[in-house]
Amino acid sequence: MPGISSFSRDGVGYIVVVALAVCLVCSVLVASAATFLKPLQTVNAQADRRSNILDVAGLPSGADVDVNQVFNDRIEKRVVDLSSGDYATDVDAAKFDQRAAASDPEKSIKISPQDDIADIKRRAKYAEVYLVNDEQGKLSRIILPIHGYGLWSTMYGFLALEPDANTVDGIKYYEQGETPGLGGEVENPRWRAKWDGKKVYGEDGDEVRLSVIKGSVGSNTSDAEHKIDGLSGATLTSRGVSNMIHYWMGANGFEPFLKNIRSGQVAAEG
Amino acid sequence: MAQSQAMKVLTEPLVNNNPIALQILGICSALAVTNQVATALLMSVALTAVTACSNFSISLIRNFIPSSIRIIVQMTIIASLVIVVDQLLKAFAFDLAKSMSVFVGLIITNCIVMGRAEAFAMKEPPGLAFLDGIGNGLGYSLILIVVGVIRELFGSGSILGFQIFTLASAGGWYVPLGIMLLPPSAFFIIGFLIWGLRSWKSEQIEEAEYQIHQVHRTEVV
Repeated sequence: MPGISSFSRDGVGYIVVVALAVCLVCSVLVASAATFLKPLQTVNAQADRRSNILDVAGLPSGADVDVNQVFNDRIEKRVVDLSSGDYATDVDAAKFDQRAAASDPEKSIKISPQDDIADIKRRAKYAEVYLVNDEQGKLSRIILPIHGYGLWSTMYGFLALEPDANTVDGIKYYEQGETPGLGGEVENPRWRAKWDGKKVYGEDGDEVRLSVIKGSVGSNTSDAEHKIDGLSGATLTSRGVSNMIHYWMGANGFEPFLKNIRSGQVAAEG
Repeated sequence: MAQSQAMKVLTEPLVNNNPIALQILGICSALAVTNQVATALLMSVALTAVTACSNFSISLIRNFIPSSIRIIVQMTIIASLVIVVDQLLKAFAFDLAKSMSVFVGLIITNCIVMGRAEAFAMKEPPGLAFLDGIGNGLGYSLILIVVGVIRELFGSGSILGFQIFTLASAGGWYVPLGIMLLPPSAFFIIGFLIWGLRSWKSEQIEEAEYQIHQVHRTEVV
């Protein structure tokens, strides 16, 4: 073959030049794709998160509604200091990203293994909460982000509570990698509907009682208001859901905040 | 002549030289993404695009690639294309891309892309290599879609999300086959497809590599 291909094709110099040239072209390609598409991707990710919040808030979230507008009208994002249960005043709620904070050593704490029932290793010191107002501007739901390990993946979701900070008003997982059709049924609307009206805490208001059980909850199951049907064929995913409810509703999670809401110490509005 | 060769390169991988059914390449992703037709379709499009583009660009520089680093050069090009496809999906088909999770990224390791680059693009001109990529992508897509339709229909009673059979859990008559939702079911389906294909086109049956020696009773004694 004539030209460049014939001259010392296996020489080290030639190999290095070809390798560098290929890498350069490829890196320009990848970098430009990532840079130019970033704005679109960010918009998608935010819209997806917001439409999930609207969904768990019981507000319209389909393709035909302006997600951002409904979100801005009805939902208020606040940041809670998990250890005290008060609103954090030193961060900008609009910019706070709990998932980014959870991996930042400055803004998160390591969870000791015996407390780490949700198997998440670290959690952010502050957490996002979303307060949903009804049309009169009165608090109608409190939405809390939860996450924990299932069988294959860390499942991320939201739990919605009524203003009494005890009664469940919806649950939604927006990111999970469980087996489709088995553990993946955490996204099934029929299963999610079983959560409505269940109580997180017992009579004394201290202990987290809400659990996903094995099998189904019948009319004569004792303590039915704290029990959710297990997902058949997905024992470990069901256990993961139970564990994350216990963690996030427990003393290391939102319990201080929810107590403050119940006692009126923290204003739910405003 | 040239046109018939192009046609052949494009259509041969559909049935006669199917990458999954005959070359037995790309099985891993065929198991992973076929529990719904939508994800199978998206994977098909993504893989076809990557194979065609990688074949084209590798063929373009085939005379300049030193043979000692050719695999790494191919990998670099394929990996870059896969990242671009992944980014495009995240920008324009966010919901589906989310349900595909890691599998788009795993196109990098899909044997079809690498196999075609090494077996075809390194020897043939860019135009033909591009068509070969499309052809093999379509051959892969064909199997993926067939498997996807079977798995979604019997596993969830729907096709592309439209309910065909009313599920027992929604008050209907159809009790879904749980195994269809799990990756091993695709093994069985692909196995039956290969069986069917080889009964139809018996030239695809491979010759046995060796024959078990017939032992006569007298020899043993």
